[in-house]
Amino acid sequence: MSERIEVRKTYKLFIGGAFPRSESGRSYEVAAADGTFLANAAKASRKDARDAVLAARKGFIAWSAATAYNRGQVLYRVAEVMEGRRGQFAADVQAAEGCAARDAQAQVDAAIDRWVWYAGWTDKLAQALGSANPVAGPYFNFSLPEPTGVVAASAPQDSSLLGLVSVVAPIVAAGNAAVVIASHGRPLPAITLTEVLATSDVPAGTINVLTGDPAESMPWLASHADVNALDLTGIVDPELAATLERDAAGTVKRVRRPERPDWYGTPSLSRLRGVLETKTVWHPLGV
Amino acid sequence: MSFEYAPAPESRAVVDIASSYGLFIDGQFTEPADGGTFKTVNPATEEVLSEVSEAGADDIDRAVLAARRAYDEVWGPMSGRERAKYLFRIARLVQERSRELAVLETLDNGKPIRESRDVDIPLVAAHFFYHAGWADKLEHAGYGPDPRPVGVAAQVIPWNFPLLMLAWKIAPALACGNTVILKPAETTSLTALAFADICRQADLPPGVVNIVTGAGETGRLLVEHPGVDKVAFTGSTEVGKAIMRSLAGSTKRLTLELGGKAANILFDDAPIDQAVEGIVNGIYFNQGHVCCAGSRLLLQESIADEAIDSLKRRLGTLRLGDPLDKNTDIGAINSAEQLARIDSLVKSGEDEGADRWSAPCDLPERGYWFPPTVFTGVTQAHRIAREEIFGPVLSVLTFRTPDEAVEKANNTPYGLSAGIWTEKGSRILWMADRLRAGVVWANTFNRFDPASPFGGYKESGFGREGGIQGLGAYLDAEAAS
Amino acid sequence: MTATLPDASPASLRRFLHGLPGVDEVGAHGRVAMLGTRSIKNQAKAWAIDLAIRMVDLTTLEGMDTPGKVRALCAKALRPDPTDPTTPSVAAVCVYGDLVQVAREVVGDRVHVAAVATAFPSGRASLAVKLMDTREAVAAGADEIDMVIDRGAFLAGDFALVHDEIVAVKDACGPAHLKVILETGELRTLDNVRRASWLAMLAGADFIKTSTGKVVPAATPHVTLVMLEAVRDFEQATGRRVGVKAAGGIRTSKDAIKYLVLVNETVGDAWLDPDHFRFGASTLLNDLLQQRQRMATGHYSGPDYVTID
Repeated sequence: MSERIEVRKTYKLFIGGAFPRSESGRSYEVAAADGTFLANAAKASRKDARDAVLAARKGFIAWSAATAYNRGQVLYRVAEVMEGRRGQFAADVQAAEGCAARDAQAQVDAAIDRWVWYAGWTDKLAQALGSANPVAGPYFNFSLPEPTGVVAASAPQDSSLLGLVSVVAPIVAAGNAAVVIASHGRPLPAITLTEVLATSDVPAGTINVLTGDPAESMPWLASHADVNALDLTGIVDPELAATLERDAAGTVKRVRRPERPDWYGTPSLSRLRGVLETKTVWHPLGV
Repeated sequence: MSFEYAPAPESRAVVDIASSYGLFIDGQFTEPADGGTFKTVNPATEEVLSEVSEAGADDIDRAVLAARRAYDEVWGPMSGRERAKYLFRIARLVQERSRELAVLETLDNGKPIRESRDVDIPLVAAHFFYHAGWADKLEHAGYGPDPRPVGVAAQVIPWNFPLLMLAWKIAPALACGNTVILKPAETTSLTALAFADICRQADLPPGVVNIVTGAGETGRLLVEHPGVDKVAFTGSTEVGKAIMRSLAGSTKRLTLELGGKAANILFDDAPIDQAVEGIVNGIYFNQGHVCCAGSRLLLQESIADEAIDSLKRRLGTLRLGDPLDKNTDIGAINSAEQLARIDSLVKSGEDEGADRWSAPCDLPERGYWFPPTVFTGVTQAHRIAREEIFGPVLSVLTFRTPDEAVEKANNTPYGLSAGIWTEKGSRILWMADRLRAGVVWANTFNRFDPASPFGGYKESGFGREGGIQGLGAYLDAEAAS
Repeated sequence: MTATLPDASPASLRRFLHGLPGVDEVGAHGRVAMLGTRSIKNQAKAWAIDLAIRMVDLTTLEGMDTPGKVRALCAKALRPDPTDPTTPSVAAVCVYGDLVQVAREVVGDRVHVAAVATAFPSGRASLAVKLMDTREAVAAGADEIDMVIDRGAFLAGDFALVHDEIVAVKDACGPAHLKVILETGELRTLDNVRRASWLAMLAGADFIKTSTGKVVPAATPHVTLVMLEAVRDFEQATGRRVGVKAAGGIRTSKDAIKYLVLVNETVGDAWLDPDHFRFGASTLLNDLLQQRQRMATGHYSGPDYVTID
């Protein structure tokens, strides 16, 4: 009997809950750490970025209107569905990063646990970050965190899955919608993750994933007037980061600067705080 | 022509009730040491559902020992991240088995399936879900950088929301790293025993959750056991006081959620149709077996007659009967004892001169039933205005000004909850500021959420359940220093 | 409701309408959600389905309507299910004014003919045009007129203008019944729905109707609940019983039965007949017929087993 020829997957973008190819028709070769061919990934264009922002704005309306409890359950569902595909994710990560199987599995497990951690935050943020304020007068005054809106993010270049999840999960746990550009050289685990997102009750448009060169798409996102915040975590070129930050000033976007932390550590709340606004309400007390 | 709804009973086929149950100790069902049992009945039919074990002193010893070992060896040392996953599992299992749990709750308790299905069980899952999220975030809860669990918790719960009260007790305790021995009320043990099976399906380590069934004596043995670090009790003020006395001088920590006599205050600018719904929900929800029930209706005099007419009209549409029927609004009183208590307090109301009106509805021949009842012409001096009836009986009083409403509302040894109905926001907050009650509902009533702290002022108890505040009962912040 | 009824002066109307009790939106939604859990089975369901059929205003209101389309609709209205003669007729057909005569020729006096008038659906025309529109429809044989209120005037607070226009149209109707469309999807708040309901009833409406069907959202259960409360309170205050028509967006038997439950538990038996409650719908009828067949045969029906009009 002849050896079975495998059926290979086409890796596409994830925009508005659908899997389109790049409107540009372009792709680029993704290689494993040892240089062997893995797949062609879609090379997202300016227009793909624009479409992703449109989808994210729609997604934001539905996602931010959901109850915090519901959002928590949905994010936990992402963890559940990922757990069922642990093996596939480990293989993807191992191929992408060329690491030992055990390390790949550890990264996958940490990524799943990260979803669980953030799932638990959705209905606790207001209690941890909000307050009742004892103003000196007959007023009831309280402050609440609210999502800022559409957040465009560049995922870390090195940590293909855990890094990506660590960037995206806080954005959506806080109630925002995300447009995220996956690791340029290691995009395939991100695309596998989109298959999980598409089947985990995450409303269409809440998370949109582009593959390609962040240097090409991020400037369009940085200057896009309907993007509220910019996460430059995965931008490795300091000059590009500075340029993007300057572009963000045009509509006063909130900016998170590039960083390369140890993704295995327990996160702080800083990523959540960075994509939240504080709203304070005054109301008189009187008969 | 009138629209008569055909019977729409929920099927009992989804539940499988054993003829007898042991005690759930150290991860398995075991026989009680002295072999004592008691019967649990369906209050809507008086049918015996099962025989339940009565835990004695030896059984409590075993349970405390199991809980202590699980605390020392497994649950206490476990990371919050892993504890969280067990709690998430339990939340999911409750969701998956929701219909079975709802039917079982209705059979054993007598509450309408609509309520067990749409209120109790979804809230049970929500409580585990919410607290699961806290298990690995306790350093963010405001109890210091490294808050520690208290240890072994003894928890005694009432019969009005059997599985929900279990969730309110067990979820925060486990999230904070404690192990528990829980005693359900003697008339409503079955869902707690079903919960033991959920712990099995979740692979929860043995001894983390122990369920001991029995009556008051079992509860006394449990809370007085020297191996217990923390006691949490929900139930009557009388028993709460006895527990407080018995713990005096010990190092045990205590939280109490006791009775109430809540005022539901209706101003003349209220959204009247929703207010009537809120009044109905406030006192007739769960047959009035609700410690925070809006059992005193305070009406502004200018709209009193109109509001009472609207209320009576609405009560005429309540459907009393088979709790398993999906269209039933008012189910059975939980026990013969409780029915006798309601009867006697209602009689006192009549004897003391208040005007009784009961909704015209046929009561089934078997089981324990009481029709939705309203007393008008009630004053602060009537027993029905002061004592907790814990039944579908509303006492109506009137007031003239906001100050008078506050005075009357606060004029009770209880302080669990209150309701305010007015379209004027500033008055809501002014009133809320002055009401001596742990929960104040404005233009709504009887809302519960795991994120929202619940508990009383004064003789309604101390400590809170739910929210960030509820974690305090199960955390030892000082150990961190 | 024991408040003194207003006269038609602007100040009096404003004072009265703003003195009505507010509606708490969350509470209204909660009430509807609770009633939505009512489980209607067996003979109760069969009874409700037949009642719902008898309450349907079978409607076509398209720019592409033709006499042929209206004749087909009328045939369907008379005999909704040709395979089952026990199926009742609907309450009325509802068409544009220029097609009333066609409809009347087909249905005779066996079902009512309702015409939308007053520059339906926007209502943006002069009063003279609206009155002419009404008179012509009545002259052509309409015995029910579905008018729209001037939502612009209502939202601008000119209650007297809205009131007087309804009075004038009612007068132009002569013997025809007047249904007043509030277009609640444009009024937005339930407080506005309650005020508009009272305004229409004070001006003489025989029915108050949720929607034209041309604005989203059309009929919703919570809006209908508030309107039912209004007709209940109005009857208590005046002794006159006004009907309610839920129009647009009701497509399934399940939805229709939920509305009947809403009627039953809000205003009771007195409104459970086609003289006091109607559904304005087109696709609803076929779903009711499929459910009816399902009840009769014990198996599910399909769209090829009911007629398209």
